[in-house]
Amino acid sequence: MHYKTIAELAKELETKKISSVELTQFFLERIKQFNHLNSFITVTEEEALQAANAADRQRMQGKATRLTGIPLAQKDIFCTQGIKTSCGSKMLDNFISPYDATVIKHFKTAGAVMLGKTNMDEFAMGSSNENSYYGPVKNPWDLTRVAGGSSGGSAAAVAAYLAPGATGTDTGGSIRQPAALTGITGLKPTYGRVSRYGMIAFASSLDQGGPMARSAEDAAILLNVMAGFDEMDSTSVNMPVPDYTATLNNSIKGLRIGLPKEFFNARLDNNIAKILQEAIKEYEKLGATIQEISLPRTDLSIPAYYIIAPAECSSNLARFDGVRYGYRCANPKNLEDLYKRSRSEGFGDEVKRRIMIGTYALSAGYYDAYYLKALKIRGLIRNDFIAAFKKVDVILGPTTPISAFKIGEKTADPVSLYLTDIYTIAVNLAGLPGISIPVGFSQGLPIGMQLIGNLFEEARLLNVAHSYQKVTDWHTAAPKEYANGEKSIIL
Amino acid sequence: MSLTANDIKKIAHLARLNVPEDKMTLYTEQLSKILNFAAQMNQVDVTHIEPLASPLALNQRLRPDVVTESNQREIFQAIAPQVEAGLYLVPQVIEGE
Repeated sequence: MHYKTIAELAKELETKKISSVELTQFFLERIKQFNHLNSFITVTEEEALQAANAADRQRMQGKATRLTGIPLAQKDIFCTQGIKTSCGSKMLDNFISPYDATVIKHFKTAGAVMLGKTNMDEFAMGSSNENSYYGPVKNPWDLTRVAGGSSGGSAAAVAAYLAPGATGTDTGGSIRQPAALTGITGLKPTYGRVSRYGMIAFASSLDQGGPMARSAEDAAILLNVMAGFDEMDSTSVNMPVPDYTATLNNSIKGLRIGLPKEFFNARLDNNIAKILQEAIKEYEKLGATIQEISLPRTDLSIPAYYIIAPAECSSNLARFDGVRYGYRCANPKNLEDLYKRSRSEGFGDEVKRRIMIGTYALSAGYYDAYYLKALKIRGLIRNDFIAAFKKVDVILGPTTPISAFKIGEKTADPVSLYLTDIYTIAVNLAGLPGISIPVGFSQGLPIGMQLIGNLFEEARLLNVAHSYQKVTDWHTAAPKEYANGEKSIIL
Repeated sequence: MSLTANDIKKIAHLARLNVPEDKMTLYTEQLSKILNFAAQMNQVDVTHIEPLASPLALNQRLRPDVVTESNQREIFQAIAPQVEAGLYLVPQVIEGE
C-alpha cells in the first residue's frame, strides 16, 4: 500500500478500494515500526484516526476532494492548534500551539489527515538535522548518515514510506537539500507563494514552506493546497493559484535549459558530474536545448546569506524570552536573569551562534560593513538571475556538492557545513522557486538535481521535473529495508 | 577580524544570552571564523548597488482601522509560565539595571 504515490492513493480512496482509516492505520503502524529513524517528534495517532474517520464520512457524502483522507506528515515548524509545536527546540518543547498555521488550515479544509509533526534542525537552522533537541534524524539509505536539514524528518519519513507526502520549509535549502540526500522530490516555491502565517519565523525575507513527496506530480497536488494569498501574511502575494497538475504533461520541446558554469566547474565531484550529465542527456532527448550560463556571484551567496539570515533570526528569536510561552528557567533572580538563562538554556549552540552573528552584524558600527553590504550582494545575485533568465527558461545543476555525510562528521566546524549550501542558497536570496529531484546514486547514496525557475514559475518547474520522471525511474527507488524487497530498489 | 572575549560578552548581552566562561574561547573562535568567512563580501565593490532587503518589491498592505480580532487572552495565557489576573508575571527589575 505504501509504495503508492499520493496520486495513486487518491484514486484508491476515490474508487473506495481502501478507506482513509485503513490507510492511516497502515502508516501509523509503519511509523512505530521504523521509530529508529527518529523522523517524528510527535505522532498524533488519535487525531489522525479522527480525521480519517471524518474523511471517510465526507467521501460517503460525496464531498471529498483529491487530498481528502490522504495521510501527511507536517514539519514541526507549523503551528498546529492544541498540538505540541516544538520547532525542534527545547525552547518550545512545552509549547502547545493555540492556533493553526494557514498551511495547516488549508490541509484541514482539503480533508487531509495529519500523522504527526516531523523532526527538524532547531528553528530551521542547520543542514543535517543534527541540531535538533530531539536528536538527529537517520537517513533511511544509511543509518549512520544524516538525512539532511533542516527538513530532515519530513525527508526521511517520505523516503522510508512512513508518509506519502510531507511539508518542509526552506530558507537556504532546507527542503531541497534533504530531498537530495534522501532521494525524494522537494519544492521550494517562490517567496510569497505560500503563507508564512503560523510558520515559526527564522529569516522572514527567505523562509518559504513547500511540499516534499515522491514525485513532481505529488508535489503539484500538495502545492495546489498549500499555495495562495493570505491576509494574515503581509508578505503573501496576491496572485491566483493555477492548477499545478494541469500542465505537468506539457511538452518541453524547445525548453531552454541553462547550466551555470560556476556549478559545473572543477570543484564538482566527478561522480555527481557524471550523474548530472546523464540527466542532461535525458532532457536533450526530450527536445530541450542546453547552453552554458554564468551566475558570477555564486561563491558570495554563502557569506551574504550567513549575515542576512542570522541578522533576521536575531530579530525573530527575540520573542523567546521566557515570559509568555515556551521555556522559562528555574528560579530567575531578576528580569535580566530570566531573559538570559531562559534563552541560553532553551536554545542550542547553532541557534545561539546565529543570534550572536546577527546581533553583531546589525549593531552600531558594523551594520554597514556586514548587513548592508550583504543586502547589496543580494541585489547583485538577483541581477545575475535576471540576466540568466533572459537567455534560458530553467536553470539546472546539482542540488548539493556532496551526498549524505556521516552523522557527526561536520559538527565541529560550522563553516564546513555552511559550504554545502552552495547551490541552494542564492535561490532563496533571489526569492526564486527551486525543485530537487533524484537522478541517480553515488556509492549507494542518492544524488539530487536542482531546477531553478523564474519568479512564480512553479508550474513550469513541476512540468520539467515530471517530464524527466516519466522517462526515468530514480524517483521510484527505495532502500530495501523499507520496501520489503518488493519495489524496484537500488543496492 | 578576530573577536575578543569582551566583544563576545557585549554581543551576548545585547542578545540577552549567557556565554559560560568555559565556552568563551570556543565561541570567540567560531564567531571569528564565521565573520572572517563573511568578509569575502569585500571582494566586490558594491558602492553603487541598492540593498535588496526582500526578493519582492512589496509595500506594506494596509487595512481599515476596525476591530477584527476577538479577545482570546485565556487561551493564549493557558500556556504561559506564570499568570495572575490576566497579567504575565516576571521577577522584579532591580533598581539601577
